[in-house]
Amino acid sequence: MSTNSSGFIIELSYIAAAVLFIIGMKMLSSQATARRGNLLSSLGMLIAVIVTLCSAGMDYRFIVIGLVIGSLIGAVAARAVAMTAMPEMVALFNGFGGIASLLVGWAEFHEHQNLLGAGTLIPIFVAVLIGGITFTGSLVAYGKLAEMISGKPILFTGQKVINAMLLLVVIAAGAVFSAGGDVTRMYQVFMVVVVVSMILGVLTVIPIGGADMPVVISLLNSYSGLAACAAGFVILNKVLIVSGSLVGASGIILTKIMCKAMNRSLRNVLFSGFGAGVSKKSEGLTGEVKPISVDDAYLILEAASSVVITPGYGMAVAQAQHVVRELGDLLEKNGCEVRYAIHPVAGRMPGHMNVLLAEANVAYEQLFEPDGVNPTMNMVDVCIVIGANDVVNPAARDDESSPIYGMPIINVDHARTVFVLKRSMAPGFAGIDNPLFFNENTRMLFGDAKASVSGIVAQFKE
Amino acid sequence: METIIFLTFILVLSIFLGFELISKVPSTLHTPLMSGSNAISGITIVGALISAGTGQDQFTVVLGTLAVIFATINVVGGYLVTDRMLEMFGTKKQKSEVSVQKSGNNSG
Repeated sequence: MSTNSSGFIIELSYIAAAVLFIIGMKMLSSQATARRGNLLSSLGMLIAVIVTLCSAGMDYRFIVIGLVIGSLIGAVAARAVAMTAMPEMVALFNGFGGIASLLVGWAEFHEHQNLLGAGTLIPIFVAVLIGGITFTGSLVAYGKLAEMISGKPILFTGQKVINAMLLLVVIAAGAVFSAGGDVTRMYQVFMVVVVVSMILGVLTVIPIGGADMPVVISLLNSYSGLAACAAGFVILNKVLIVSGSLVGASGIILTKIMCKAMNRSLRNVLFSGFGAGVSKKSEGLTGEVKPISVDDAYLILEAASSVVITPGYGMAVAQAQHVVRELGDLLEKNGCEVRYAIHPVAGRMPGHMNVLLAEANVAYEQLFEPDGVNPTMNMVDVCIVIGANDVVNPAARDDESSPIYGMPIINVDHARTVFVLKRSMAPGFAGIDNPLFFNENTRMLFGDAKASVSGIVAQFKE
Repeated sequence: METIIFLTFILVLSIFLGFELISKVPSTLHTPLMSGSNAISGITIVGALISAGTGQDQFTVVLGTLAVIFATINVVGGYLVTDRMLEMFGTKKQKSEVSVQKSGNNSG
């Protein structure tokens, strides 16, 4: 460790940066302080960057080029992205963090090669492995979310065997690499690690279905932190280790919350290709589907004194959040209590629906978690389900044979009347039939969600 | 060796700190928390800057510069997008104030 005074100042500044990250993350967990928290955290990042730039012997020519290009791309992307496209944007940024850690590991190895001991080679291996998986895994997640590739689980025979073999190959390569020795051979083995980790990233994410994306994104988020942490061990930098492990830990907690909200284990999400195997048609579902017209829906809503709106991914697809908020406002003006019930895994990333409704200017106090509305659901006159399916499926509560049995749901069926806005009778993402649609108190409002809600709004305005 | 143990010590404590920090986040804030922490993971930019700025071999500098580009996208994009989201997460009162301000600023 450097003992001269400039080294001391650098170390102190890194501590300050780490403290700002910690405080910033703490403040991100409360709505009142979140924005300031993010600002503090970015200040920490700025300090870390400036201090690094001030360290001795820096050649700035290429750094400036990199910073300018990166800032431009990042700023433009962050401004231009639509709120509905936020999941894929986050996935992409995340992947870039992963590849950056991989490149840092590679650069360090290339620079010093056989001068490095196992204490540095092992972290380089880990940074490259996790960074590579994060990069290609995030790219696949991006492709699925942006619907450039199929959101359905992609499974093939021998998939697990191939994954296991690749994992063994990469670990063996890592062991050979970390042992050091002949430089040419080390470099060859190193490239094997780079390539195989990238293949692993692709193979681990393609079998996961679109509805499970909230779990995958949280997990990849955690990985990008761990990759940065490993890079910290490579260059012996404490601020990388502290912030990387903070991100790693928070990502794991989010992953756990998402799994719990689906009543599934992480193992099950990662390896089962959920939804791909569920093709059995349940025969038990009989009953009449009762469609409703926009006019009749308006009449019922006009008389309602309590309404709960439950959005799902379909609202994002239809871009219906603004018109939904308009309906909510009109209902409130009509003397009706309006609440929004949001399931933790509704949409394609944690908190997806909250972001969309916030974009549409729905007040924070009107957003409720399932536990916040379920106890009073039988007092609700109308529950409007917009593009949600599995998270309101009563089978998860009542039918032990259902694949989603045990998943906590929003009990929309306990409301006096349920409107389900849906394009057609096609089952949801998980491919499971929903008995809700056949219930006595359910009315189906078929068609594009945005058009249907606009129709009701127009009636209110007349 | 001593350094490694020291760093591992920091690692373990930070992980516990991370768990404690995030354990109670309302689900409304999950997305900003994720994208905000994602921006923090761009801290790897420090390593990228060192490689790009001090590399003796040309290829090291190339790798480092690429790493700087990717990490900067992660950092800048991550923080800006998080801020954009959090700006929208207001209470009713704040929101009406914002809209008043916005309409007031229209002339300028």
